[in-house]
Amino acid sequence: MSRQAFAYLALLALGIALPFFVYPVLVMKVLCFALFACAFNLLLGYTGLLSFGHAAFFGTAAYVAGYAIKGWGFPTELGLLAGTAASAFLGWAVGSLAIRRTGIYFAMVTLALAQMVYFIFLQAPFTGGEDGLQGVPRGRLLGLIDLSRDLNLYYFVLAIFVFAFWLIYRTIHSPFGHVLTAIRENEPRAISLGYDVAKYKLLAFVLSAGLSGLAGATKMLVFKFATLTDAHWHASGEVVLMTILGGMGTVLGPVVGSSTIVTLQNELADKVGSLVTVIMGMIFVVCVLAFRRGIVGEISALYKRMIGARNEQ
Amino acid sequence: MTAIFDIPIQALMAQLMLGLVNGSFYAVLSLGLAVIFGMLNIINFAHGALYMMGAFLAWMGLEYLGIGYWPSLLLAPLAVGLFGILIERSMLQWLYKLDHLYGLLLTFGLALVIEGFFTNSYGVSGQPYSIPAELTGGFNLGFMFLPYYRGWVILASLLVCFATWFGIEKTRLGAYLRAATENPQLTQAFGINVPLMVMLTYGFGAALAGFAGALAAPVIQVSPLMGSHLIITVFAVVVIGGMGSILGSIVTGLGLGVIEGLTNLLYPAASNTVVFVIMAIVLMVRPAGLFGKEK
Repeated sequence: MSRQAFAYLALLALGIALPFFVYPVLVMKVLCFALFACAFNLLLGYTGLLSFGHAAFFGTAAYVAGYAIKGWGFPTELGLLAGTAASAFLGWAVGSLAIRRTGIYFAMVTLALAQMVYFIFLQAPFTGGEDGLQGVPRGRLLGLIDLSRDLNLYYFVLAIFVFAFWLIYRTIHSPFGHVLTAIRENEPRAISLGYDVAKYKLLAFVLSAGLSGLAGATKMLVFKFATLTDAHWHASGEVVLMTILGGMGTVLGPVVGSSTIVTLQNELADKVGSLVTVIMGMIFVVCVLAFRRGIVGEISALYKRMIGARNEQ
Repeated sequence: MTAIFDIPIQALMAQLMLGLVNGSFYAVLSLGLAVIFGMLNIINFAHGALYMMGAFLAWMGLEYLGIGYWPSLLLAPLAVGLFGILIERSMLQWLYKLDHLYGLLLTFGLALVIEGFFTNSYGVSGQPYSIPAELTGGFNLGFMFLPYYRGWVILASLLVCFATWFGIEKTRLGAYLRAATENPQLTQAFGINVPLMVMLTYGFGAALAGFAGALAAPVIQVSPLMGSHLIITVFAVVVIGGMGSILGSIVTGLGLGVIEGLTNLLYPAASNTVVFVIMAIVLMVRPAGLFGKEK
């Protein structure tokens, strides 16, 4: 067994054991944001597209899944799927518009369209406005397993995360993923090699949006409500921060980044109050100025240097 | 003639006026973004926070030091401009060789820091700032009532926009600036201090945002969140207009303000989103923006 596979298995074992040591709801929150960040990283880290509007997909899925389960009486797993599908569809619409521009314009377009989605949610009757959509029942998985128990729900969330993580891992290492990396590295060259770059970008965008939606819908299920916070631009910024802090363009970076940020927010919330935003902003500034490879990026660079030094001897 | 399409003409004019006022802020802010972008290749996400700072400094000046509106209109932009220079020297200057996206990310972080700091100190509710005594009241034009202050906002914004356009297009300093934008190395070789120009440009852009903030203080509640609401709309304005031309930014800003005002009259529910819808349409028809050039 390769060293890498062993490391992933060890992480999985950690994931299975963790709820016995840490409050399960906190770990579930970390898993949801980790999935969100991994999905985002597929776009920023592997396609080179900075979307500043991913909260729209996170929030849309939360609302749609919540409404499907509470308002239409969908079973839990169908509700989650409905939310994911809605986000993927929204991702298709936003993506088709945004990929017409590149670089910073791409970031501004996604941000503006996400703000539009936010305003729609603010005014639409089914979202409950400022109060949000509350009291969504967790229901039973496949009609059998009672998800209102935190531990049952935890393993369901872990399974969703592992599945999505595997999907992202496979995507990155597939021929499709290599074309995405080629686009990130040198777009004109990818075009001249005959790749339909727009189609690849759009597909990556839809995939990223759909998986972000899955994360949002799952988070809604954990907390039993969907609110405007999920769709606010602060959430878009947070997922960027998680990805950069952990290391963009690394497979595990977003997981590390989101665990750090969520834990930090959880620890700081009652200690410093609204200064949390200031601290998040400072981490952002420090990351951009001095720490662009992120935690995982720095560790793997260090590791490579050590290997290199050993080989030279 | 008292009504068009069943809309009383007073209401129509009032909304047009409101739209022009909002449009003036869009114009000044998108102009600042365009000036900074032209020189630094950075989209200044902190622009909204600097605008908020301008308004807050004006309010704080009155509250703590008794500085009136007119001196504030000069001092607040100056202070914000100096703050901008500090940001440029301490942080932004290290990013010029990197991907432009890092500039956006850094200024996003800064926006969070500034906004968080003011939220922590003053809460999210608005602080009232009264209209200066000279500009209270208004004209009765017969068909509408024109508050002096709103007229002043539009006039002052247009003056500042025009001065900026004149400074960049018609003066010697502006010529250096345009040269440095076009080809920094060559301009530097001619003995012009390009890093200094870059620093001053960012400071000037920040000061424009601060000026807009001080100007806005009496018409809106001064609140830590006033900037972030606005800046995203201004981004959409910038995407619609493209950042190629200064006059383009001004025209787009004013025009969209008016459209927003009219939407508020015809279909209020869409007034928040109309700018974004227009952006989507422009992206479909003319991706480079109305005044932009595709690179």
